[in-house]
Amino acid sequence: MSASSLFLCLVGLGLFSFFFGRRRIHKLASGAHGVSQKQHSRDVYHASFLVICATFIPIVLLVVWTGVSPLVIDALLESFLKARANTASLGELNVMIAKTKAYYAGSISAAFIDDTIAEATTYYADLVARSLQARSLAVLLLAIAGAGLGVRKIALRFTARHSVERVAQWIMLVASAIAVLTTVGIVLSLIFETIRFFATVSVSEFLFGLHWSPQIAIREDQAGGSGSFGAIPLFAGTLMITLIAMVVAVPIGLMSAVYLSEYASPRLRGVAKPGIEMLAGIPTVVYGFFAALVVAPFLRDGGADIGLTLSSESALAAGLVMGIMIIPFISSLSDDVINAVPQTLRDGAAALGATHSETIKQVVLPAALPGIVSAILLAISRAIGETMIVVMAAGVAANLTANPFESVTTVTVQIVMLLVGDQEFDSAKTLAAFALGLVLFFITLALNILALYVVNKYREQYD
Amino acid sequence: MTEFSQTDARKAQLAKRYRAETRFKAFGIGAICTAGLILLFLMGSILISSLPAFTQHYVTLDIEISERHIDTQNLADSDWRGLARASLRAQFPDVQGRRDKRALGKLLSLGASDDVRDYVLANPSSLGTSVRLPVTFSDDIDLLLKGVIDRELPENERVVSNQDLAWLDQLVAEGRISRKFATKIFTNGDSREPELAGLRGALVGTLWTLLVTLLASFPLGVMAAIYLEEIAPKNRLTRIIEVNINNLAAVPSIVFGLLGLAVFINFFGMPRSAPLVGGLVLALMTLPRIIIPTRAAFAAIPPSIREAAMGVGASRLQVIMHHVLPLAMPGILTGTIIGLAQAAGETAPLLMIGMMAFIVDVPTDVTAKATVLPAQIYMWANNPERAFMARTSAGIVVLLSLLLLVNATAIYFRKRFEKRW
Amino acid sequence: MNDTTDPKIKIEARGVDVFYGEAQALHGIDLDVNANQVTALIGPSGCGKSTFLRCINRMNDVIDGCRVNGNIAIDGQDIYSSDIDVVELRARVGMVFQKPNPFPKSIYDNVAYGPRIHGLSQSREQLDHIVESSLKRAGLWAEVSDRLSASGTSLSGGQQQRLCIARAIAVSPDVVLMDEPCSALDPIATAVIEELMEELRKDYTIVIVTHSMQQAARISQRTAYFHLGNVVEHGATQQIFTNPKNQQTEAYISGKIG
Repeated sequence: MSASSLFLCLVGLGLFSFFFGRRRIHKLASGAHGVSQKQHSRDVYHASFLVICATFIPIVLLVVWTGVSPLVIDALLESFLKARANTASLGELNVMIAKTKAYYAGSISAAFIDDTIAEATTYYADLVARSLQARSLAVLLLAIAGAGLGVRKIALRFTARHSVERVAQWIMLVASAIAVLTTVGIVLSLIFETIRFFATVSVSEFLFGLHWSPQIAIREDQAGGSGSFGAIPLFAGTLMITLIAMVVAVPIGLMSAVYLSEYASPRLRGVAKPGIEMLAGIPTVVYGFFAALVVAPFLRDGGADIGLTLSSESALAAGLVMGIMIIPFISSLSDDVINAVPQTLRDGAAALGATHSETIKQVVLPAALPGIVSAILLAISRAIGETMIVVMAAGVAANLTANPFESVTTVTVQIVMLLVGDQEFDSAKTLAAFALGLVLFFITLALNILALYVVNKYREQYD
Repeated sequence: MTEFSQTDARKAQLAKRYRAETRFKAFGIGAICTAGLILLFLMGSILISSLPAFTQHYVTLDIEISERHIDTQNLADSDWRGLARASLRAQFPDVQGRRDKRALGKLLSLGASDDVRDYVLANPSSLGTSVRLPVTFSDDIDLLLKGVIDRELPENERVVSNQDLAWLDQLVAEGRISRKFATKIFTNGDSREPELAGLRGALVGTLWTLLVTLLASFPLGVMAAIYLEEIAPKNRLTRIIEVNINNLAAVPSIVFGLLGLAVFINFFGMPRSAPLVGGLVLALMTLPRIIIPTRAAFAAIPPSIREAAMGVGASRLQVIMHHVLPLAMPGILTGTIIGLAQAAGETAPLLMIGMMAFIVDVPTDVTAKATVLPAQIYMWANNPERAFMARTSAGIVVLLSLLLLVNATAIYFRKRFEKRW
Repeated sequence: MNDTTDPKIKIEARGVDVFYGEAQALHGIDLDVNANQVTALIGPSGCGKSTFLRCINRMNDVIDGCRVNGNIAIDGQDIYSSDIDVVELRARVGMVFQKPNPFPKSIYDNVAYGPRIHGLSQSREQLDHIVESSLKRAGLWAEVSDRLSASGTSLSGGQQQRLCIARAIAVSPDVVLMDEPCSALDPIATAVIEELMEELRKDYTIVIVTHSMQQAARISQRTAYFHLGNVVEHGATQQIFTNPKNQQTEAYISGKIG
């Protein structure tokens, strides 16, 4: 049976258990008339208890089996082919495995396969069929057994509510653990591939090398790609674009937050705040389009008019537009911290005869400073991790330059370039993307933690 | 001191302080105006450049639907293209020679054949008759008629030749040219021809992807929020989970793409380019963005409600299910809608898992190859044809309108059901 | 009472109305405040005493939709007239708030803030002197002289409030307004501040809002009783507390209404 029909079976069984359980406890209760015993849990809990007994473990089994069995079958197929083909080459073996699966799926015709593959396909088909059979059998048996056991437990004094609530709490705990699992998954998958990458390229070369050209490394005779995976130009390019973005975003974002929270009339605030937040809701691909097809040509032509040579993929265009994207981020976070500064401080300064701007500059902003610094750190983290704007508007070639009019590339651009399109998963080129991803992950993580630390360490307690 | 006497020095100092005040205020106004102008410029430039894509020029041809061109037994596979081109040639009887005939035929879009075929399939009675039918122009001719391509340019600098212009002028003079709303942008899938490329595939792909995202992230997010806010003991473990969720919300989206590629595709062997994988990746991204506002919604409900329910003997889960959850629902829904809107605009992680392939067909389920609206925009933006620039802008306008609609719904929800305690 | 005969009138309020939007908070207040005395404003919550206090240094200007009619004159000069600069006014009319609100800066910078923005000192030595003398007058110098660079928020509540008093008198105002300055403090800190006020009134005119009748009786020379936005009775403290003329005042004093 396929996974979905098996699942439907379980749903059906669950529904049946619900009504059966309700009938059962109802009968027990009406049979016990006159007896002093009182029913512990309401009917619905007994019914739910039965549903859980009948379906919970089978569903978990179904999911686990469906996820794990392909891995087991693949491993079996690999050892089968290894024994048959007497080949030690991993590449050849992988091709054979792929062929077997393709033939099994019917996507290549018999003309392309040899006897070994045909045998392997029979073996593979047998494995798959047996796995499916065993899965159906195990799931259904467990479901029926669970239901049977559950029915026997239903009784007037049975504490069904406690059992149901305990299970519900566990499910909720698992749900909140998914977030942790995601982080673990990110770290593990990135580290795993990065270690494989560092088997061919040394760590110091990657972190301190000045030359980046991964395309050369895919040639057969250059398996290590020595000298081509120095990521410094990428880091420098990322840094420059981030810097330009901050130069745009911090003054505009901060000043508009100050003006909106300190000076603006409620009406202006009612218009301007949603307007700035609209900038935040615009998908990054739109900013990318704006940077590549509106701002970059505009800057290039404008630069040409005053005698400047701008690349059409200049760091300036990408940085400017990224700055625009970051404005609402800085302004709304700063707005929050400025509003969190207690009014009594403003009153205190005003009562001493400070003008409004003196109050803001000398009392409100210093009091809000930890929050503002943390907002800027988060914004930097955001700019470093931003992908679409730079993919569309920044360059691909890794230039090490300090000139914002030239084209530079960034970490995220290279990740996309290395992974988009068809690729084998084992080349140094694809693995490099994961190493870059790991660097990106840790830098942004460090910035986020630093931001949290700044807020907690330097925040004044106002109550 | 008996009165507010002011020395000159203090007067001067006061004037200086007020000048600083004015200057500071001007900076603030300047910042707001800059942001506003940028928003206007961004929206304006995209809107203006999208306008050409929403209309399309057609040429009205007299088409004789005879057996000379079409096979009445097999209408679907007949030579509709030949018929459309022949009908155009009929307008210019003096055009001779293979090359000129080909050039003339190129005025029409590849989609002109579909115009004729669809008409005949819809009106079988037209077989054997002659009909007047508008058919689609090619993208370059369309742009020229819209004035996007400047006909005053020297011939070698524009894609439309002088001869094309002459033919066109004749068609204009005969009143055969019409401009209509370009429905194809909503009804077609992707295409290499800009005038035929549509968003339907991407829209449906977006829907499938978001469906997966919603189904995966909403229950998980709400359950996690209930656990963390209402049930969990405040210990080290829950503290770790909380910090983790906040950090996850700030992880760059492209890293989620790498996770999806490594885990879902390479480890679990799920299909590339499928809404299933895209939806799951976006779900992991959206999870913290649902958990955080959901927890805030729970926290905003006063403890007195919980105490009242517990006072009549409700268990903790009953308190949550009967009181806390229903009261928090508007906040939860608002958070979810906003989270989904963000997911709908996400591109980078989907590039990692291959949801940017050229796909003509409309996806029919969550495992079919598909693309999404932002990825479609990205692909169109990379196309060199000039008409694709308008197409891309139009895609953006559609995407932004959708997001605006979704966010407006969220705001409506918040306003409509918001409770102040 | 230890008043000198015929004290000089410092603040003169005539027909002061205050509106918050549509709601009227004060109705035609007439009140004189004598120089170098402590005048206490008492009355039940929401009676308008704080609102009146905030009129004297125009702190109500900050609140959206607040409107003030009538006249308030300090030394005979109308503070709501257009040629009065609110910044200058507030330098002459200091204020201490209900909750201590030191700036998140060092103790020194807290006190030096006012003199700095008003340019009251030409040199560092002069500023040091102002800070020291202000802290001394606020009775805080002995406790903080060795840690002037510590944050103002690190002090205890009572110390913070005395720091705020030092901050207010550092710009040498004529009048110090106090809005329930002891309500957030414990009894010992309160006693210290009350002593301080007796000391300060030699140099300043003090107007204090308090909800504690005992406090008003202990520290003030004159008392005004506010009720529902009106001054019901106003006179020498002793007379108000021992022999109130108005029935409402008596009811409040004796605890029948509150």
